[in-house]
Amino acid sequence: MATETEQLESLVNRRYEHGFVTDIATESLPPGLDEDVVRAISARKNEPEWLLEWRLQAYRQWLEMEEPEWAHVHYPKIDYNAISYFAAPKSDEDRPKSLDEVDPKLLETYDKLGIPLHERARLAGVAVDAVFDSVSVATTFKEKLSEAGVIFCSFSEAVVEHPELVKKYLGSVVPRRDNFFAALNSAVFSDGSFVYIPKGVRCPMELSTYFRINAANTGQFERTLVVADEGSYVSYLEGCTAPMRDENQLHAAVVELVAMEDAEIKYSTVQNWYPGDEEGKGGIYNFVTKRGDCRGANSKISWTQVETGSAITWKYPSCLLRGANSVGEFYSVAVTNNLQQADTGTKMIHIGPNTSSTIVSKGISAGRAQQAYRGLVKVMPQAKGARNHTQCDSLLIGKDCGAHTFPYMEIRNPSAKVEHEATTSKISANQLFYCRQRGISEEDAVNMIVNGFCKEVFKELPMEFAVEAQALLNVSLEGAVG
Amino acid sequence: MLDIKDLKARVAGNDILNGLSLSVQAGEVHAIMGPNGSGKSTLAQVVAGHDDYEVTGGSVTFKDKDLLELEPEDRAREGIFLGFQYPVEIPGVNNAYLLKAAMNARREHRGEGEIDSFEFLKLAREKMAALGMDPKFLNRGVNEGFSGGEKKRNEILQMAMLEPELAILDETDSGLDIDALKAVAAGVNALRSPERAIVLVTHYQRLLDYIEPDFVHVLSQGRIVRSGDKTLALELEEKGYDWVREAANA
Ligand SMILES: Nc1ncnc2c1ncn2[C@@H]1O[C@H](COP(=O)(O)OP(=O)(O)OP(=O)(O)O)[C@@H](O)[C@H]1O
Ligand SMILES: [Mg+2]
Repeated sequence: MATETEQLESLVNRRYEHGFVTDIATESLPPGLDEDVVRAISARKNEPEWLLEWRLQAYRQWLEMEEPEWAHVHYPKIDYNAISYFAAPKSDEDRPKSLDEVDPKLLETYDKLGIPLHERARLAGVAVDAVFDSVSVATTFKEKLSEAGVIFCSFSEAVVEHPELVKKYLGSVVPRRDNFFAALNSAVFSDGSFVYIPKGVRCPMELSTYFRINAANTGQFERTLVVADEGSYVSYLEGCTAPMRDENQLHAAVVELVAMEDAEIKYSTVQNWYPGDEEGKGGIYNFVTKRGDCRGANSKISWTQVETGSAITWKYPSCLLRGANSVGEFYSVAVTNNLQQADTGTKMIHIGPNTSSTIVSKGISAGRAQQAYRGLVKVMPQAKGARNHTQCDSLLIGKDCGAHTFPYMEIRNPSAKVEHEATTSKISANQLFYCRQRGISEEDAVNMIVNGFCKEVFKELPMEFAVEAQALLNVSLEGAVG
Repeated sequence: MLDIKDLKARVAGNDILNGLSLSVQAGEVHAIMGPNGSGKSTLAQVVAGHDDYEVTGGSVTFKDKDLLELEPEDRAREGIFLGFQYPVEIPGVNNAYLLKAAMNARREHRGEGEIDSFEFLKLAREKMAALGMDPKFLNRGVNEGFSGGEKKRNEILQMAMLEPELAILDETDSGLDIDALKAVAAGVNALRSPERAIVLVTHYQRLLDYIEPDFVHVLSQGRIVRSGDKTLALELEEKGYDWVREAANA
C-alpha cells in the first residue's frame, strides 16, 4: 500500500508542477493522459511489472492510431486530455446515507423497472450498510462457486490472485492494437470481471455483475475476461438496468471470451447508461469492443444484448469461429429514442470447417434517433461447409427517425451457405387505433408492439432478465408517440 | 343509449357526413345499408374516435356522456366495440395477449381485478369452439397472415369475449363463407340482450336472414335518407339504391 500511495502522491505533486489541480480526497487523477497516468493506474492497483509494460505498449500504440470515423454516428471531437482516467468509487461519506437523499426522479425509474428495494439502494450508491441482503447473497455465491472450482472475481483481484491465467488470456482475443478504443482501454482499464470455468464444469449459477458488489461502479474503462475451459458451460449476465447518473462521457470497455473444446459461453448484456436528455444534452458515449473466440472444436459462444441507453453506442460483439463445428450467435435489441445514435451489429468470422452462425438483430428507432445495423459475415477459404443466417429487422416509430443496414459479406469458400433477410416496418396509426379501440392505451399499445417485435431476442435472455429488459424498453420509449 | 344528432364529419378535407342523425336504444339491432362510399365506415370510425376524421358539427352521446370528448380507449372501456371492415395486422403481438389486455382494460375501468389466466383460456376456448375457430389462432400474431374470413371471425371472437354494450360491426359479413356467416350470426345473436345494442353495417340481405334487425337505415351521401323495419332491406334488394336516391332527391 505504501508504494502505491507514494507513487500516486509523487505523481500528484508532479502534476502541480505542470499547473494541474487535483483533489486528493476524491482519489481521482487530474484530467489528461500520458505515460505517468498509465503508471499511476497500474501502481494504484499493485500490478506486476509485465502488466504495466503491457499497458504502456498499448498506450504507445494508441498514440499512433486514429479515431475511427466510419461509423454512422456524429459527435464533437473528444478531447482525450480533458478526461480523468482514474476515479476510485466514492467514499462512504460522500454517498447518500439513505434512499431519502437520492434524486426522486431516479427512484421513480427504479420503481417503473420493478427493481427490489434493497437493490435500488445499491444501484443508487447508498452506503453499503443499507444493503445487507446483497452482501449475504454475494457471500453464499462465493462459497458455492469455489466448491465448483469456478473463479469469479474482479479483474484487479484476478491480476493478483491468478496472474498466470490473466497473462495467458489477456489480449489473446482482442489484441491491444485491435482498434483505437481497444488500445485506449488496454492502456488505462480500471477494473472489470474475471471468470474462469475449469474443465468439465457446468457453472452452478448464472454469473452476474448485478451481484458482485461494486461492479456497477467500475466505470469508464472496464475490462472483462471470461474463459471456459474444455467441456464447461457458463452463462454470464452483465449490465446495470438502472440509469447511471454518471458525469463521464466516454465508456470504452473491452470484453474477451474464450471457449475451448466443447465449451459454451452465453453472454447477456442489458445496457442502460444515461442516454442524455430529450434535446440530446449529456449522455454516455458507449464505444465497446466485445469479441469471443471459439478456440476449440464444437464450442459455442452466444451474445445477447439489449441496448437501450447511451447517447451513442458503437459496438459489434463478434465471434471468431476457429474450432471445427463451432457455433456463434448474436441476438440484439437496440432502442434509440430522442437524439440517441447507435451503430451496432456483429462480426462472424468463419475459420474452421462446418462452423455456423446466427444473427438476429432488432432495431427500434423513435423520436429523431438514428440507428445503423452493421454486420460482417466472413468465410475464410478453409471454412468448408460454413453456414450463416442473418435476420435484421428495423421498427420505426414516428417519421423523424432513421434506420440503416450495412450487411457486409466476404465469402472465400464456395461451399458456404449464407442467408440474409432484412425488413423495415413502422408502427402504423391504424395499428395503434385498433389497440385503442380495444381499450388499450396508446403507450401500452406501443409497448405491446415493440415487445412483440423483440420476442425472438428476449427469449434468449435468462427469465428474470427478460422481464427487466421488457420493462426497460417501455421506460426508454416513454413519450415516443403522441 | 347512442344518440347521434346532425353529425357532420370530414376526412382529408372532404365532407363525408352531412348532418346524420341516429338513435339506438338498448336491446335494439339496427342495420345500416347504403352504396359504396356513402359514409358508413366513416360513421363507425367517428363513433369509435379515429382522429383522421374531423367532426365539424353535431353531437354524439353514449349513455348520456358526450362521446366526442372521450379518447378512443375510453370509449372502448365505456363499452363501445367496433368490428373493423379491414382489421389491421399486428405482427409479433400474440392474439391472446391483445385479447387479454383488452379484457383487463375494461375490467379495470369497471373496478374489477384482472382476469385469471386459466379462466381466460377456458373462456377463449369456449368462444372459439362456438365460432369454429382453431385454438391455434390464440397463439398467432394479431390477424397476422389471417385470411379475410379468419380476420372477421377474430373480430367476432373479440366481441364475444369483451361483451360490449354497443357493438358496431362494419361489414363483418363480407368475405365470409356460408358456415362462417352462420357462426358469426350465432355469435351476434348470443350477444343480443335487453342491455345491449348492435349496429350492423352490411350490403347483404343474407346476413339479415340470420340476424333479424329491428330497424334498417339507408345512408346516402352522408345522411340517413330512409329508415324502416326489416322489410326495407328486402325492398332495397329488389329495387336497388337508385330508388332511395331518387326518393331522397325528390
Ligand atoms: N382516410 C381517408 N382519406 C381520404 N378519403 C377517405 C378516407 N376515409 C374515407 N374516405 C372517403 O370517404 C368516403 C366515404 O367512405 P366510407 O369508407 O365511409 O364509405 P362506406 O360507406 O363505408 O363504403 P363501402 O361500402 O365501400 O365500405 C369515400 O369517398 C372515401 O373515399
Ligand atoms: Mg365501409
